[in-house]
Amino acid sequence: MSPTAAPAGPLAYFDHAATVPLRPEVALAMAPFAADRFGNASGSHRLARDARAALEDAREEIASLLGARPAEVVFTGGGTESDNLAVFGVLAACERQRPAIVCSAIEHAAVLAPARAAAGGAGRVRGLDRAELRVAAVDRTGVIDLGALEECLGDDVALVSVMLANNEVGTVQPLAEAAAVVRRRAPGAALHTDAVQAAPFLDVARAAAAADLVTLSAHKLGGPKGTGVLVVREGTPLRPLVFGGGQERERRSGTHDVAGAVGMAAALRESVAHRQEEGARVAALRDRLADGLLSSIPGTVESAPRELVLPGHAHLRFAGVEQEELLVLLDEAGVCASAGSACASGAIEPSHVLLAMGVGGRDARSAVRFTLGATSSELDVQLALTATRAAVERLRH
Amino acid sequence: MRVLVAMSGGVDSSVAAALLVEAGHDVIGATLKLWGGPSDSGCCSVADVDDARRVAQQLGIAHHVFDLSEEFEAAVVTPYVAAHAAARTPNPCIECNRHIKFDRLLARARRMGFDALATGHHARVERHAGRFRLLRGVDAAKDQSYVLSMLGQDQLSSVVLPVGALTKDEVRAHAAGLGLRTAGKPDSQDVCFIASTDGRRGFLGRRLSLRPGRVVDALSGAEVGAVDAVELVTVGQRRGMGHDPAGARRYVVAVDPAARRVLVAGAAAASIGRVALVPDSLAWVDGPLGHGARAVAQVSAHGRPAACIFEGDGTQPAIVFGAAQRPVAPGQTIALYALDDPAAVVGSGIAA
Repeated sequence: MSPTAAPAGPLAYFDHAATVPLRPEVALAMAPFAADRFGNASGSHRLARDARAALEDAREEIASLLGARPAEVVFTGGGTESDNLAVFGVLAACERQRPAIVCSAIEHAAVLAPARAAAGGAGRVRGLDRAELRVAAVDRTGVIDLGALEECLGDDVALVSVMLANNEVGTVQPLAEAAAVVRRRAPGAALHTDAVQAAPFLDVARAAAAADLVTLSAHKLGGPKGTGVLVVREGTPLRPLVFGGGQERERRSGTHDVAGAVGMAAALRESVAHRQEEGARVAALRDRLADGLLSSIPGTVESAPRELVLPGHAHLRFAGVEQEELLVLLDEAGVCASAGSACASGAIEPSHVLLAMGVGGRDARSAVRFTLGATSSELDVQLALTATRAAVERLRH
Repeated sequence: MRVLVAMSGGVDSSVAAALLVEAGHDVIGATLKLWGGPSDSGCCSVADVDDARRVAQQLGIAHHVFDLSEEFEAAVVTPYVAAHAAARTPNPCIECNRHIKFDRLLARARRMGFDALATGHHARVERHAGRFRLLRGVDAAKDQSYVLSMLGQDQLSSVVLPVGALTKDEVRAHAAGLGLRTAGKPDSQDVCFIASTDGRRGFLGRRLSLRPGRVVDALSGAEVGAVDAVELVTVGQRRGMGHDPAGARRYVVAVDPAARRVLVAGAAAASIGRVALVPDSLAWVDGPLGHGARAVAQVSAHGRPAACIFEGDGTQPAIVFGAAQRPVAPGQTIALYALDDPAAVVGSGIAA
């Protein structure tokens, strides 16, 4: 027995940063590979060759859309795996006795957790825990402090990871400037960027051109969950984490998920094709939502300056309100929003991003993240405005 | 009625939620994240949250996780450690009910506009002529009215305890009938924030310096033994205290943490007739007992009830037992029940 959770009333989705629905074009593109084009891309007979051709078509298309060469595109099981491969893969390939890993303070857990483990923290793997972790501070607007980054750098640095845009507050990071600092002060370091959150809105080919390693996830683009890419620029030393049949040029073993790769290519294609007009449309809706909430609910603040964040992000704090309570009421009203970060139990974690921006305690616990995207409409914004006003009023009463 | 159900991931709160859904109420489940450290039981582990979430799915209700771990640390864990440091014996479940479930969570439920908060406790709330009574659960072996004995009218007016009218067997049968995965889950034991592999000693040892002490005969003053941590000794304890020359077991009658001294005595000398109560710990279900009123006292979760008289005229309230009792550890809660209705909780206090 499992009754559906489908709500009876209207539904407004404001969690595009978490995931978005599969684009219809993607579902169409993937369908044959769940049916008659089921071959194992590593084989040699006609079905295998057919699958392999589709895989390589997808790889070439993704490479071209990301400004990479096909050989530089490694398919993985998602953004988290790509981030882990970047951290541990570079560390495993590093000859140094005690290499340093440098991260911004607002990296996603998929970067921070492996980096901490690599530095001997929780989850350490013997032999892969010899790194030193240095965390570069961000300023109050949620943007990496390039001076702080510079202080973390040196000849011993093997990997620098600076995300392209933050998943919680949405701030876009000055990656090109960060890269210039890295090249100057740590010329031997590989530069990784997690572009998962930025990809729906930014031209990753250009914005991440300076990075040696780029993480992407299909499902944030309207592709399938469980598929990701790590772009590994030629010459970047990297050892695999997953061993086996040697697929992906020995960088990631395992039978290819051809449907996933095809789906990711289709999602990226659609996303890039509509990026500009979608970005403008989404930003206008986001502005209406954020401005509406700011003007109608006293004690509301935006966590990061609007001009610094992705078009779909509205990260707001409602003074005196507990985010957990607000999210329950929004959920009941059919508004799907989030706090931005959850732990294994599903509880909202104290946000390391807000803390790094100097926001802690009750203030941090009053934050709600609304993220808009391809499915967002004017009606959604109206519903969210009404529901949020009513909920905050009730909770403050 | 719109009801928030606190779902621990155990069978009792699962069935509490199910009964409310079946009765047609508008139900939302919430699991409290109370503890971030290692734990293997009770209301704190990811596995328990997963079980609660799964049950909520099966019942077709929304489920949320509320992180009250900061509040839990401040209101339950820190006082628990401080009490042990002072050689008192706290009951963290009662403090969690007092400060977390029926205070913070209840306040949340009210703010969010819920009409009631439900839990899976085996006890009953009855409304009678506009007043609320707190009664023992129907299943005497599982009765949890003791750990709710600090609730008053304000809280009881918004609390629903659906499984109090069922026996544990009936609860499990109901869960099994619905195919809930919690149907066969063992009852939670012990303190939820202490892992069984770690124990009280391991947990407290990281937060306190445990100090060895002397065991002294309370009557003769002779040193008769030693303990390796006075902070872990409880008044009333027999284990590790040996026997007197006549071969009778010794009980701990007092612990003096400053002097690192544990006083022991044989059963006859150890028994007590009077227990002083911490004045501001008194809590009444529906108004205080008068001085000299007779009641029935229960000094532990499943202790045997004993007749007593309440003394409440001075600054130091107390209860006086009709017959000699084993010593009651300072910090322990004493629940009082009505003499004429032994199922009805009257109130409670903490032994001074």
